[in-house]
Amino acid sequence: MTMEKRSSAFEYAPAPESRSVVDIAPSYGLFIDGEFTEAADGRVFKTVSPSTEEVLSEVARAGAEDVDRAVRAARTAFVKWSALPGSERAKYLFRIARIIQERSRELAVLETLDNGKPIKETRDADLPLVAAHFFYYAGWADKLDHAGFGADPRPLGVAGQVIPWNFPLLMLAWKIAPALATGNTVVLKPAETTPLSALFFADICRQAGLPRGVVNILPGYGDAGAALVEHPDVNKVAFTGSTAVGKAIARQVAGSHKKVTLELGGKGANIVFDDAPVDQAVEGIVSGIFFNQGQVCCAGSRLLVQESIQDELLDSLKRRLSTLRLGDPLDKNTDIGAINSAEQLSRITSLVEQGESEGAERWSPACELPSSGYWFAPTLFTNVTQAHTIARDEIFGPVLSVLSFRTPDEAVAKANNSQYGLSAGIWSEKGSRILAVAGKLRAGVIWSNTFNKFDPTSPFGGYKESGFGREGGRHGLEAYLDV
Amino acid sequence: MSEKSERTARLSVFKTYKLYVGGKFPRSESGRVYEVTDSKGNWLANAPLASRKDARDAVVAARKAFGGWSGATAYNRGQVLYRVAEMLEGRREQFVREVADAEGLSKSKAAAVVDAAVDRWVWYAGWTDKIAQVVGGANPVAGPFFNLSTPEPTGVVTVLAPQDSSFLGLVSVIAPVIATGNTVVVIASERSPLPALSLGEVLATSDLPGGVVNVLTGRTAEIAAPLASHQDVNAIDLAGADAELARELEVAAADNLKRVVRPQAVDHWETPGIERLTAFLETKTVWHPTGALGAAGSSY
Amino acid sequence: MPTTAPAFRDVTASDSTLRRFLHGLPGVDAVGLESRAAALGTRSIKTTAKAYAIDLAISMVDLTTLEGADTPGKVRALGAKAVRPDPTDRTTPATAAVCVYPDMVATAKEAVAGSAVKVASVATAFPAGRAALDVKLADVRDAVAAGADEIDMVIDRGAFLAGHYMKVYDEITAVKEVSGDARLKVIFETGELSTYDNIRRASWLGMLAGADFIKTSTGKVAVNATPANTLLMLEAVRDFRAQTGIQIGVKPAGGIRTTKDAVKFLVLVNETAGEDWLDNHWFRFGASSLLNDLLMQRQKLATGRYSGPDYVTVD
Repeated sequence: MTMEKRSSAFEYAPAPESRSVVDIAPSYGLFIDGEFTEAADGRVFKTVSPSTEEVLSEVARAGAEDVDRAVRAARTAFVKWSALPGSERAKYLFRIARIIQERSRELAVLETLDNGKPIKETRDADLPLVAAHFFYYAGWADKLDHAGFGADPRPLGVAGQVIPWNFPLLMLAWKIAPALATGNTVVLKPAETTPLSALFFADICRQAGLPRGVVNILPGYGDAGAALVEHPDVNKVAFTGSTAVGKAIARQVAGSHKKVTLELGGKGANIVFDDAPVDQAVEGIVSGIFFNQGQVCCAGSRLLVQESIQDELLDSLKRRLSTLRLGDPLDKNTDIGAINSAEQLSRITSLVEQGESEGAERWSPACELPSSGYWFAPTLFTNVTQAHTIARDEIFGPVLSVLSFRTPDEAVAKANNSQYGLSAGIWSEKGSRILAVAGKLRAGVIWSNTFNKFDPTSPFGGYKESGFGREGGRHGLEAYLDV
Repeated sequence: MSEKSERTARLSVFKTYKLYVGGKFPRSESGRVYEVTDSKGNWLANAPLASRKDARDAVVAARKAFGGWSGATAYNRGQVLYRVAEMLEGRREQFVREVADAEGLSKSKAAAVVDAAVDRWVWYAGWTDKIAQVVGGANPVAGPFFNLSTPEPTGVVTVLAPQDSSFLGLVSVIAPVIATGNTVVVIASERSPLPALSLGEVLATSDLPGGVVNVLTGRTAEIAAPLASHQDVNAIDLAGADAELARELEVAAADNLKRVVRPQAVDHWETPGIERLTAFLETKTVWHPTGALGAAGSSY
Repeated sequence: MPTTAPAFRDVTASDSTLRRFLHGLPGVDAVGLESRAAALGTRSIKTTAKAYAIDLAISMVDLTTLEGADTPGKVRALGAKAVRPDPTDRTTPATAAVCVYPDMVATAKEAVAGSAVKVASVATAFPAGRAALDVKLADVRDAVAAGADEIDMVIDRGAFLAGHYMKVYDEITAVKEVSGDARLKVIFETGELSTYDNIRRASWLGMLAGADFIKTSTGKVAVNATPANTLLMLEAVRDFRAQTGIQIGVKPAGGIRTTKDAVKFLVLVNETAGEDWLDNHWFRFGASSLLNDLLMQRQKLATGRYSGPDYVTVD
């Protein structure tokens, strides 16, 4: 299962996290008005574990009628919820944060099963960030008067939220925590391939005693998302996902009074200068594109390396990639897990084939892929130019395109030469260069001498076609306030 | 210009009103003009009827100006905006006359409008080097990282100026856009475009780099359509659009996910808030490791 | 073996070329380095892998006593322990070496006679290194004459921090020369060098000057071996071999007390320098109490019961 046939006697024995900490029911309903309920038309869908294709559960599939029911429940709940003193709303959110911490191992295993990402990530990144996000926004609920949006800023009403499958519970936290803190109520649609953690979150809402209808969870497909965005009684639309769907949403809400925030695609440039701290840069490149199998909107999917150090950097990078361990996501030593779905795998595969056919040079470490499930070996492409599809289109997979540059100006020009503007990385030991380049990059998050760092206090969001609005920090409140 | 005000011994010299694009005063590429009348229907002047090609040229000029203007220090931008107020003040009488004609106001009412517009430039001049401190700042992340969020201008902004407030409304929608370093292509009030064109003449002599503000006149809907769908325009303010046009333009704007400000009722007499400043700002967040200085109390 | 790898002969031609070279090494970002070390620390080493790691770690221990109160009796006990760490289980590997002061070398040699256990001796006015070069060299000669297989020297940190790199280099080469066949471990006292950039420079300086091992610390200061500084030194030996073909060993010393810690260091070795260093010829732990914890864990793996301090020998 590991990437390389390790001849060393120091072969790490399997170290699987126990599945027994999580109890997945054979079926789940929609969570509307505090109750689990079947879909109006009785439809269901299966959710599978991407690493084994095992069916984990059968989940009710929301349709337009269910969306209407959920929005009405949220509207009814809004009256009391928005009238609660902020300090009371805060306590509900603190309760939720605490319960998430208590149940974090269970949720980490669940997320790994449903999503396919390594337990190392759900345990050490996703879940701690989820709890932290609720803690952070809990504290805002009774301090909104002092947040810089004027006295007594009002909530918008019912928020319709559609989230992706790459960080299912974390994206839920990014959406629900600020919405509730500011006094809105929520109808949230998780992605069809990863509905389970949102349904477990519904149970956490019940444990926390959250009033019914404040949070409604509607597992379903794109049609349910579209119905939610379209619903006339939704005041706020928040979406994280592809740029194509983001544009469709922007058209849908045109002419309405709905407030919209969109977190969309990216093609992040990771710029390595010749005076970089090389070993840390290599780690940053690896985390930038192979964290969560590269299924990250802010991934550093374009490596821009100064030509004078390209060869040695690539040697180091390849050597490092050879130590990555791909396999069972529940194994605590796994670095690279499964791709989330067959559909995503085929998208990655076809873009990689296009990269090859356009003449880029493909490389992967020696890598044995499991026989069942959806897998893709860590891949890098050299001989890539700005004109290649793999240098322009978001692949959303473990595929790195390597380009070179000669001068800082050229690096900036190439980095900015994209329809996207979500993230970028800069590696240099020269402070003035970092600040100058950071100032010129047209991207919402700039990681200098680090990459893929997240924090609830730190605003996240894009320029250009990567979307608009910010999530996280004081900035993140604005999306849910009538200001 | 009107009969009444020109009743003197000598024949007055009419002004040819021209567009203001890239710091120059071109006629419309179309070669067309349209008649502008006062509120009673009397002819005032012929204004350029800008075409989609004029719109295209204006975007090129605005994009070209963006690097320099957004890269200028906030202090410098404040100085330039204040200079606009100074220049306007000096041409106060001209603008009082033009606003009175355009909007059918008494001389005293028009004077109040012009004074308010001058004061608006002063208000925004003072904001250029303060807004970053109000909406940006350090974020206390849970780790050894310096983390700072700062606002940056969105880029090239198309503005549909208010139709009914041809001067105060106009100033109120373009000053906040350029204060933060954006550049603008503004479509003047369709019925009353002359104060906007005269403002171009003021801007040209106010140390404002060419292309930062570009003024187009003509049919709002016709000029706005190509700007709303233009892939090199980053945002659009629909202040001067009616509901139907606003919806169409918002749909077109989705093609490259422009930031959109929908039309809303605004009382231009009131001191503005910062909404129009922040509407065209992006937030950039920069992370950097801090580490520690030495062995004392840490592992270096 | 030439003192300086041929590829780098120009580098050590003068004080200024040496300084330029050392200051031209890539910088180290402290946060990134520490987070990489911490990430490798989350590897879960279980069952067969753990058994392998424990035996390997035991075989890499330089069982150390460096006290003013050291006596021949104490050193003899240490030697016996090194040769036969667990008297109840003959399958337990011996440690790599015992490490003592120069005046205890002869005693230590007798104690390990007939075994493969080496005798390492600290020298060069350990631990401060504040003595004249002649005194330091005499210290080394004494240890070698008494039969030391390995010499653990300390560098002149004062000279290093003052930027007198050539002085440090010359001192290492001089010690190397009088060490003869004994393998030379060069101790940087990383806690006093203070910054990771300095540790990287010291590593290259030591390797250029002919060190057989580079070693973190004396165990006598506040900050000794850490996963991060050891990771950094492993990167240095990895890169040095890639450029010169010469393999150099690494020895973290001080502060490694538990099996869990030791296994983390082995993971660092495995995933940084690679399996070629997973051998006591190339990697050592400078430690004392670590050995008993390794032995207790070994007993736990063998029997399934947790062991206790009464079931390992007190030294």
